Amino acid sequence: MSFEPKLLGFLCNWCSYAGADLAGVSRIQYPPNMRVIRVMCSGRIDPKFIIQALELGIDGVYVMGCHLGDCHYLEGNYEAVMKFEMTQEFLKLVGLDDRIRLDWVSASEGVRYGNVVSKFVNDIKELGPSPLGGDSPDKELINKVRAIKLAAGSNRMRALVGRERKITEEENVYGEKYPLKKFKEIMSQAIKEEFDRHRILIALEDESKSVKALGSELKIDPSIILEHMLILKSRAQVDFQEIIKNTPIYMKM
Amino acid sequence: MVEEEKKEEDVRVGVFICHCGSNIGGLIDCKGLAEYAGTLHGVAHSEDNLYTCSETGLTAIKTAIKENNLNRVVVASCTPRTHEPLFRECISEAGLNPYLFNFVNIRDQCTWVHMKDPEGAYAKAADLVKMGVAKAEKLKPLDMIKLDINPIGLVIGGGVTGMSAALNLSRQGFKTYLVERDDRLGGRLNDLYKLFPHDIEASVLLDKLITNLNNSPNLEILLSTKITNIDGFVGNYEIELLQNGKDVNLKVGIIIVAVGSSILDPQGLFKYDGQKIITQYELEPKLKNKQIKAKEVVMIQCAGSRNDKRPYCSSVCCMTALKNALIIKEKNPETHISILFRDLYTPGTEYEKYYRKAREEGILFIRYEENRNPIVEENHIRVYNEFMGEEMLIPYDLLVLSTPLVANSDNKDLAQMLKVPTESNNFFLEAHVKLRPSDFATDGVFIGGSAKWPVDITESIAQGYSAASRASTILSHKTIEVEGSTSNLPVYNKNLCTGCEICVKVCPFHAIIKNEDDEIEIIEALCKGCGVCGATCTNQAIVIRHFTDDQIMSEILAYGGK
Repeated sequence: MSFEPKLLGFLCNWCSYAGADLAGVSRIQYPPNMRVIRVMCSGRIDPKFIIQALELGIDGVYVMGCHLGDCHYLEGNYEAVMKFEMTQEFLKLVGLDDRIRLDWVSASEGVRYGNVVSKFVNDIKELGPSPLGGDSPDKELINKVRAIKLAAGSNRMRALVGRERKITEEENVYGEKYPLKKFKEIMSQAIKEEFDRHRILIALEDESKSVKALGSELKIDPSIILEHMLILKSRAQVDFQEIIKNTPIYMKM
Repeated sequence: MVEEEKKEEDVRVGVFICHCGSNIGGLIDCKGLAEYAGTLHGVAHSEDNLYTCSETGLTAIKTAIKENNLNRVVVASCTPRTHEPLFRECISEAGLNPYLFNFVNIRDQCTWVHMKDPEGAYAKAADLVKMGVAKAEKLKPLDMIKLDINPIGLVIGGGVTGMSAALNLSRQGFKTYLVERDDRLGGRLNDLYKLFPHDIEASVLLDKLITNLNNSPNLEILLSTKITNIDGFVGNYEIELLQNGKDVNLKVGIIIVAVGSSILDPQGLFKYDGQKIITQYELEPKLKNKQIKAKEVVMIQCAGSRNDKRPYCSSVCCMTALKNALIIKEKNPETHISILFRDLYTPGTEYEKYYRKAREEGILFIRYEENRNPIVEENHIRVYNEFMGEEMLIPYDLLVLSTPLVANSDNKDLAQMLKVPTESNNFFLEAHVKLRPSDFATDGVFIGGSAKWPVDITESIAQGYSAASRASTILSHKTIEVEGSTSNLPVYNKNLCTGCEICVKVCPFHAIIKNEDDEIEIIEALCKGCGVCGATCTNQAIVIRHFTDDQIMSEILAYGGK
């Protein structure tokens, strides 16, 4: 039997969901692989929803909203873009970025809805089953995706992504606008750091470990782990447990 | 508000699978689906109905609620966009809070679109029911929010739409303010000569409207007045205005936007010079003053519209050209008139007559193609005639450009004050083109006339009346109930809030503020429940009622869980 992808779609109530209904009224036929969760606005889509779905082994996640400029809530879809782009950059770290997609479908685009869903089904079919699906998914990958879920939900990332439009699109009190490129660099840096930090926290869940042990387990240079440890300690997320033969052992708080 | 319950309650879900005649039942096994639903966690009762929305179906729901002590109801059927209100009302009649209802779409987004794959459709329907039940288990009762209504209307724009709306509203007995930024009412009606259909003079209509307005006891007209700020929400808007440099404040319950449109600046179009080459708008006063002596008149339609920059049809120009051409012909039957058009738009029972009459009078109609615009030369127009398959030269001593109406350049400012959207051409965007054509998504704000897209006088009047009658549905009540599924910062989450104020910045409706106690406060009457703040909140303290993290996660887990 050929591979039938298991897909999830988040549709905004006013445009995409109405477009999907119109596809029905017009009897547009498309494959039945995607289940739909209705939300009021694409801006409601928290990155953790997307990442949670992937963690469960769902093969692909589609986020749909109103076309830019047509949002029922004025600018919710612009916020959706910011959050989606951050999520995608996180998922790039584990090669799952191709499995999520953002698109705009208006209430009058029933035909287009059928087309984009069909295309998504085909594209994911070509990509093959999610490495997180099946009965025995790779434990290491699952932990990485969990780290992404936690990192994307961290205060730092949410504060950054939440301020992105304000910082890059509006002028501050001195009439300066922060360059988008520079902001994106900060964002990328933060994504990498928070990914590693949350991997460390997950690795410490079962037992306390030394920097060296964490380095070899996570395949990260121990000097970088040590830097992360200092930050995590200052955030009260890790602490010393004991010192064995001059080597500090860290535990998760 | 209903107390946010933290304690576990005994959830008893009832699931109703609708056959919708053969729309759903014809493709998938609804009985089987109902049996499957009965096996799901939390489900105390499940059944299938021929039509759940019928009287029989609704009675079945009410009976099942009583007999099985149900406290959540899931209906799997057509689409929540049409039938959710009906079922909410049904369960509320049976004594349940209307928000304890969840809709599962297995028709519009399932059986209708997977007609050749009954197995796939069944599997999808089963998953959707499972997800729907999972969410239903987490649903919380909510109250609608009750607001007092200040029974006063504000109409922005004193053109034909605004005048019609204000007249209608004041005649219904509501105190109405009509605000116009010019020093006279009437807008473009002041500059037009005769109006189609029936060729009555614009000044006659205008005089009549102004007389009626002046005779209306409930109406106050504010000329030379600009809106500077709008605060508040449905039933309770506070407006700041500037009248001849003087501040004016108004308190109103609803706002009608009738700001109309502007004339496109014709500079650079078809060698426009304002003398020999003019616009239809400039032709009107010349017709009125009988200044037209030209013997060879050419009109070019779609001058500046239906192109990449302005892709829309301005809708009034075809009729304007036909009407003006006939007026010229009537005064001087010897005049040669040619109308160069791309497509001619004469809808309805009245307008087509103009076209037929124009043909009878010998007016020439020549079609040109979009990528082969007529070329204006010294004494003639060079145009490719697609029927003859060759270029032809038409002499002219007057060229009239049918330029489109464009959105006002300051629409964005007003849109921002009202918190309503504009579309890509900068016209105002209504809540729904078919379901709510006179409303904005923002409660208590209405729209009519050319502010939405170019419309003629007849349509402007109708839309003005329509906006006024929609507005009266609010003004005629003492209080109004608005959607209870809003954003909320629950007391038990207060300690999570770090006061970062990012939610204040992302809220499109300015519904979140930092109050006098330096705490984040959500003004629920302003909240539209989009949920952006919830997805943004850095410490995940904000709860989006009816679409909580917990509820959405439970749907994801129900689908993806192994």
